[in-house]
Amino acid sequence: MTTMEEQIRSFIKSNLVVFAGDAVFTDDDNIFELGYVNSLFAMQMLSYIENEFALTVDNDDLVISNFATVTNIATLIRKIQGSQSA
Amino acid sequence: MRTAQEILQAAQAFAEEELRPQAGAFEAEEEIPREVIRRLAQQGFLAASFPVQYGGLALDPVEYGLFTEEIGKACNSMRELITVHTSLVGESLLRWGTPAQKEHWLPKMARGELLAAFALTEPDVGSDARGVRTTYVKTEEGFLLQGRKKWISFADIADLFLVIASDAQTGEVTAFLVERSQTGVSTTKMSGLLASKASHLAEIDLHDVVVPHENVLGRIGGGFSYIVNSALDHGRYSIAWAGVAIAQESLNAMATYARTRRQGGKLICEYDAVQALLADAHVQLQAARALCLSVGRLRKDKHHEAMIQTSIAKVFTSKMAMKVATDAVQVFGGNGFSNQYPVERLFREAKVLEIIEGTSQVLQPVIAQQVLRTCHHRGAEA
Ligand SMILES: Cc1cc2nc3c(=O)[nH]c(=O)nc-3n(C[C@H](O)[C@H](O)[C@H](O)COP(=O)(O)OP(=O)(O)OC[C@H]3O[C@@H](n4cnc5c(N)ncnc54)[C@H](O)[C@@H]3O)c2cc1C
Repeated sequence: MTTMEEQIRSFIKSNLVVFAGDAVFTDDDNIFELGYVNSLFAMQMLSYIENEFALTVDNDDLVISNFATVTNIATLIRKIQGSQSA
Repeated sequence: MRTAQEILQAAQAFAEEELRPQAGAFEAEEEIPREVIRRLAQQGFLAASFPVQYGGLALDPVEYGLFTEEIGKACNSMRELITVHTSLVGESLLRWGTPAQKEHWLPKMARGELLAAFALTEPDVGSDARGVRTTYVKTEEGFLLQGRKKWISFADIADLFLVIASDAQTGEVTAFLVERSQTGVSTTKMSGLLASKASHLAEIDLHDVVVPHENVLGRIGGGFSYIVNSALDHGRYSIAWAGVAIAQESLNAMATYARTRRQGGKLICEYDAVQALLADAHVQLQAARALCLSVGRLRKDKHHEAMIQTSIAKVFTSKMAMKVATDAVQVFGGNGFSNQYPVERLFREAKVLEIIEGTSQVLQPVIAQQVLRTCHHRGAEA
């Protein structure tokens, strides 16, 4: 079974702007700082997360650091899932 | 409650009776009379995509696209009002507004009691929207805004502006809901335009404007990545359908003319070369419509590819509309040059679609990046 982290990683990988070869990044690398994203990426990732995990991210959680690493994204999703099912 | 089909029929009837016969006059007089806007609002057409709870007609993205086409075929400037009021500002409020903001603004917008405009562009900042120079400083009473916006559709008559500004210190971008009635806000109508003369374009001067804290839309500093990008995405979807609208109207005009104009003892539609123009326009238009419908379905499903596909549709349909409108002028010959015939206006109106909501040149790299990500043969890199 694919883990949440693997799902997120695969989405990010297929959306990074890399002209040659493949992007290499760990679950704790800041994907915005790697410079491989275009201006649409933040919104694309938000709609992917909301759709794929059937949740709504509050404005208060729309802090770029919450979306900067695979680990942070997974933590945010688990937090929202916890609060929305509570 | 009316079905989507009934709403689209009502939009078509409204366009037929109130807009198409007047569109040329609106442009000549450089305004859409408030009374016509009032009657449009009465039918709920300023809130076609809003949920019913806010006074909207709850059209889904595909239906809203078809609705945009109906209005856009008859009057590009009225379509422009719907683009900025409903798609750019309304959808932004729906997506990012607090419950209080939605309750306060959306029903008034739906009733047409207030018109909204989207204020991003400035005299020196266009494509590089991240670099807006209108600034804000946080104070106890609210946010102090300074700056100048330019090219803002309907700003001359709008009551509410969604203003994009940057933090004077950090450069972080934030979106503010600014009311015309606030001290320090003034507008100057723009004239001498190629088209969209009836779109009430204006410059907005913001001089020491204090915007209350509750008028921040979304998060402080989240204005570019989220608000601007999602607003422009809604705008691009609307513009994609505006391209279909202008092309369809141009094609209808050229087919009608070609069936009645005689030269050399024949109707001009009997000439192969004229038929080639008609056929090519039809083919291009069908492709554009299919693309817009497919994007509409992606948007309805909230698919994460919807944004990039919307940009593709916007680039394609705006170029297609320009080509079809140009060919329509060709079919009309000298008459195509006269404002006695609508193709002269359609030709001018088509051009703006390649410029607004991101020029074609600015969108192309984003599309190219998707090509490079998704279309290459794996393992073939040097
Ligand atoms: C009729 C009309 C209505 C409008 N309504 C609104 C509105 O309601 N609200 C609003 O905020 N704005 C509005 N605008 C402004 C519009 O969005 C801008 O004109 C547009 O974004 C382009 O910016 P610019 O005019 O400053 O051109 P520039 O950004 O100066 O571009 C000039 C040329 O350089 C090219 N260029 C610029 N940057 C790049 C790049 N990075 N790569 C390649 N090429 C580049 C462009 O493609 C273009 O060909 C409107 C404009 C018009 C004409």
